[in-house]
Amino acid sequence: MSKEELLKKRYRAEKRFKFYGLTSVILAILFVLFLVNVIFSKGKGAFSRTTISVEVDFNTEKLEIKNNPTNEEIQDTDFYDLSIESLLNVYKTKGLKEEKDLIRIFSPDYEFEIKNFIIENKGFLNKTTIIELTASDDIDQLNKGNYPRHLPEERRRISDFQLLIYDKLVEDNKIQKTFNTFLFTNGDSRDPELAGVGGSLLGSFFTIIVTLLLSFPIAILASIYLEEFAPKNRITDFIEININNLAAVPSIVFGLLGLGILLGTFDFPRSTPLVAGITLALMTLPRIIIPCRASLKAVPPSIREGALAVGASKVQSVTHHVVPLAIPGTLSGTIIGLAQALGETAPLILIGMVAFVVDLPSSPVDPSASLPVQVYLWSEQAERGFVEKTSATIMILLTFLITMNAFAVYLRQKFERRWS
Amino acid sequence: MKKIKIILLAFAAMIFASTAQARDQIKIVGSSTVYPYATVVAEKFGKQSKFKTPVIESTGTGGGMKLFCAGVGTAHPDITNASRAIKSKEKALCEKNGVKEIVEIIVGNDGITFSHSAKSQDANFTKEQLWRALASIVDVDGKLVENPYKNWSDIDTSLPNKKIEILIAPPTSGTRDAWNSLVMNKGCSKAAISLYEADGKKAKKECAKMREDGYAVEAGENDTLIVQKLTANPDAYGFFGYSYYLANKDKIKAAAINGVKPSLEGIQDYSYPIARPLFFYVKKAHIGVVPGVQEFLKEFTSKKSMGPRGYLTDIGLVPLASDKYKIVRTAATDLTTIKIK
Repeated sequence: MSKEELLKKRYRAEKRFKFYGLTSVILAILFVLFLVNVIFSKGKGAFSRTTISVEVDFNTEKLEIKNNPTNEEIQDTDFYDLSIESLLNVYKTKGLKEEKDLIRIFSPDYEFEIKNFIIENKGFLNKTTIIELTASDDIDQLNKGNYPRHLPEERRRISDFQLLIYDKLVEDNKIQKTFNTFLFTNGDSRDPELAGVGGSLLGSFFTIIVTLLLSFPIAILASIYLEEFAPKNRITDFIEININNLAAVPSIVFGLLGLGILLGTFDFPRSTPLVAGITLALMTLPRIIIPCRASLKAVPPSIREGALAVGASKVQSVTHHVVPLAIPGTLSGTIIGLAQALGETAPLILIGMVAFVVDLPSSPVDPSASLPVQVYLWSEQAERGFVEKTSATIMILLTFLITMNAFAVYLRQKFERRWS
Repeated sequence: MKKIKIILLAFAAMIFASTAQARDQIKIVGSSTVYPYATVVAEKFGKQSKFKTPVIESTGTGGGMKLFCAGVGTAHPDITNASRAIKSKEKALCEKNGVKEIVEIIVGNDGITFSHSAKSQDANFTKEQLWRALASIVDVDGKLVENPYKNWSDIDTSLPNKKIEILIAPPTSGTRDAWNSLVMNKGCSKAAISLYEADGKKAKKECAKMREDGYAVEAGENDTLIVQKLTANPDAYGFFGYSYYLANKDKIKAAAINGVKPSLEGIQDYSYPIARPLFFYVKKAHIGVVPGVQEFLKEFTSKKSMGPRGYLTDIGLVPLASDKYKIVRTAATDLTTIKIK
């Protein structure tokens, strides 16, 4: 081969190589776009909620309640008859089946919703007013266009009569779409229209707090000792290798550890953020120690020597000079470690976090779910409404992860000093 | 620094103070098949009573039994759900750990539906045809051979000339257990059973082995996903609980088994051939210790939930026939325990 040919060949090789690289980048971006698109197009529906306007007459005599009642008195009153009467006024029905059909276009919580409305707005006692009640899952899905209506009746969950009511309500402008606050405030529920991630948000929050409180101080102290004080010998080498190995251990192994030791030996309560937090702290520790040590190492020796030269003790040189300079790096390492812990599911399955918890947890020892576990739980439900709820939870989880990672990047960009 | 110390101490104190408290919330573990029903009852119970909403963990029937039988005391669950009756091995484990009094409640019945996309033709199978389509080894001309069937019409000429494609539940699922005992074992041909027995093998175990040559595909525990796959592929079949079929009637159809389509009545009187009862078990020692257990039992077994017009039937549970219901209700109110030995 002549020189020119060789040269051409090398140019071609370079071009090919560039092309391969570019293709893989584009492919990766396409995959991400596809994923995000699927999640967003499925999940956006969950952020709105369908309500139906119902006229309710809060007649104190009918409710058998005195004027100016206290909250407890209202709470103890039976609102069932009033609720049913108001619901049946929405459309003319004949016979029990039609009545049942009509009531079933509302979410089963109608009685509580009416009761809570009057507790918050006592001024409406003895008055007739219009309340927005949550529509049932089926009507909600129909209203969002996710449920086909052209099928024969026996293959639909919505009866012909319910469709008739729905069309009349739409015509009268009695069906509204509002922002779904339930998604953020409610705990889990078996009715998709009432289910929310409130409980699992709190659960994840408590878990991360426990993880942070345990892993951050231990990781910082361990890395300062190993980096600044520990002698270089076989034992510290051995510890270092083990830390690196632990960071690569699959998370499910830590779940087994939590199951065996925390639940088995110490009898900690199952399905609680406390146990989850401790388990995840064990998992996160090495993942924080490694970046912490790296950022301590990045502080140039001249800083330490300068401090020592003007008479500072070893501890003073570390706490007054080295650690403050390394803080941005350690913080961003911690945040990234915590973000990983936030998205972790496998160890939580073993310690019983895959649970149906309706009540919102008020402390780390109350049973609760967590965000990734909620995704797992809802993806298994039969009801159609949970499909969009699952995607919406993924969106919320992703938002948190992206925010945390962005914050870590910001800290690094803003405060990290470059030594040249 | 001082402030941080105080916060940390307060946090630690709070944790220890509250772990020391007795549990005031019912804990339920067990089968993922009973989970949808138990959660609905729990939610209603939490809203209507003064007790907290029970916490329900979906661990699978076997896992639930292990936790349930681990001992008496608030560290252990009060109730376990099961998609089959308690096994004698599990009874022995319970007895060993001091769980001597157990109340058995039959929740209702569940039918397993063998379903396909709504776009494809209605289908009808016998159990033997299903076994032949799924088994890893079948008998052909009096010999046991690796499953040779590629198309449904290879099994029986009356069946469509289409490739066999079945999505199956993983071995850990209760649905697979039930499928094995109700279809794979019942559908196993007599010739195959006698051939196995002649070889000194356990026919029950051998008949339930499923083929691994790509015609039966394991699709995971997630039944919603199976429904989605069936919708996308009109030639595929899959099996899961009746409630999933009810919720997705617009997308999938259920095939008839021995000429019977799944229906509430058919599953109730077991004339639909793949129906099974669902259970839960209650630790009697926890009644009166954990608040609300007895009340929860009453709510679960009330006519309003389990009865023919109850709210559990809305989500696909097939209620018990009235004579059986009476027995269950008495067991729940009188707390009749089952024999453990």
